[in-house]
Amino acid sequence: MAHLSRLKLSEEEIERFREELAEILDYVKQLENADTKGLEPTYQVTGLKNVTRADKPLDYQAKPDDLLKRAPDTLDKQFKVKRVIT
Amino acid sequence: MADWEPISVIADKVQKGELKAVDLVKRSFDMIGRTKDFDAIISVPEARAIERAKEIDAQIAKGQKVDRLAGVPFVAKDNFLTFSGKTTAASHMLENFEAPYQATAINRLEVEGAICVAKSNLDAWAHGSSTENSDFFVTKNPFDKTRVPGGSSGGSAAAVALKIAPFALGTDTGGSIRLPAAFCGIVGYKPTYGLVSRSGVVAMASSTDVIGPLAASVAEASIILDVMAGRDELDSTTIERDTEGYDVQTSKFKLQNAKIGVIDEYLTEDLEPGVEKQVDAVIQKLKQAGTKIEPISLPSLPLALAVYYIICPAEVSSNLARYDGQRYGLFAKDAKNLEESYMLSRELGFGAEAKRRIMIGSHVLSSGYFEAYYQKAQTVRTKIINEFTSAFKKFDFLIGPTSPTTAFKIGAKTKDPLKMYLSDIMTVAANISGNPAINLPAGFSNNLPVGLQIIAPMHADRQLLAFAKSVEELLA
Repeated sequence: MAHLSRLKLSEEEIERFREELAEILDYVKQLENADTKGLEPTYQVTGLKNVTRADKPLDYQAKPDDLLKRAPDTLDKQFKVKRVIT
Repeated sequence: MADWEPISVIADKVQKGELKAVDLVKRSFDMIGRTKDFDAIISVPEARAIERAKEIDAQIAKGQKVDRLAGVPFVAKDNFLTFSGKTTAASHMLENFEAPYQATAINRLEVEGAICVAKSNLDAWAHGSSTENSDFFVTKNPFDKTRVPGGSSGGSAAAVALKIAPFALGTDTGGSIRLPAAFCGIVGYKPTYGLVSRSGVVAMASSTDVIGPLAASVAEASIILDVMAGRDELDSTTIERDTEGYDVQTSKFKLQNAKIGVIDEYLTEDLEPGVEKQVDAVIQKLKQAGTKIEPISLPSLPLALAVYYIICPAEVSSNLARYDGQRYGLFAKDAKNLEESYMLSRELGFGAEAKRRIMIGSHVLSSGYFEAYYQKAQTVRTKIINEFTSAFKKFDFLIGPTSPTTAFKIGAKTKDPLKMYLSDIMTVAANISGNPAINLPAGFSNNLPVGLQIIAPMHADRQLLAFAKSVEELLA
């Protein structure tokens, strides 16, 4: 699960989380017994559907350069990342 | 130090030239200095605050009208993006992050003349109920330094109780405004989901995150909500304002017209005796005032916390995926390739609670478990919503304690994450359902503040604030 979440954990952390997460998952298991026959899941509570706006750029506070300058590395107005395949 | 005058009085005096915005801002800085021991504040955007105060004073000197928050200082939880200084979410990941834009909520307050004087401490990423999960330091309760202020908006609640500013902003995903307001003896307001734009606020669990005010009184909280509420093009989940607005300063809600349900499930045997006593005292006073008040059972409410601890980590794992060290925030310099760069940046940038929630979230969303956990939780959510809906056919408002206990000792729950999660047992249902809810101070138990919670139907924010103001007067 740590790798799936792209988290590198120490041995100590793995031991600790193994116990704690088991306890939390055990707690949430109580939902298994809840009678939900005939009920649909609710994923959001606003009732809003397909909120759209005109497909044109807004004059926004942050400009592309403001965003780029917060990155560790950039090249030609793009984010530069480490090698993918080594 | 004396109390702040009410927000409307301050703004009026600034407008008349009787008070200078610059002096108000300096008073806040002075209070931040005097209350340093409580560690409520992460950073102080001093230069910009002074500059804005001078602008406001200059406008008034020229005879221009400034809006209804003219010169009023406020504290923002450090998960609100603000100009000048840093926005950290109390995390190592964003320890040096300077926001390239401001939250809509902050912009709307600034338009009316308010001035952000400090960024307050929180549980990192707003994950917690005590502010002990901050990656930086632990905030202390203003009533007892050995105790927590509640969380995750603990710095904001402590700042208002310590009189650093007349109001503060917080976020409430599972109780993070109401619980610290209860522990610090102030008013904390959680609006209907969608009423205040979340644009520019570090996302936690998007389907339950709301933004709201913490203040000394209901009337003041209502002004701040009125300024912030309504549709925002930058947050597609925002809803329309009530046409009458939310400012209840002059409203007179007649208590004898109210039908109130007392939530059975929140009056459990685990309630601290002093909390039970104070809540009973409120019920008696409401009866004497002529309200119709009866017990009501919402049998699925005790399941709300289990629902929350599936939905919240699921959404957290998704929202925190963006912190990968590539575009902004902490990055690991020594990584050899892209994947290692993700892993190392996240290892360094996230504390234990964020890691816990990311992993639970990844687990409950993974194929094979999705239906058993996530979908089941969202279906129990429907059941909880249905119980609220039917309760509100009979009652105008539901009441109960905000928390089963008063502020607990620092360190009392840090070794046991599940025990910490259970602190939110009485606040979390309103996040699951989206309903508006408020914490009102309701006396003391062993010299620590007790909080009363009032929950209202969806979109009944104005009515809730008006009712809460009358209850506040009744308890005064």
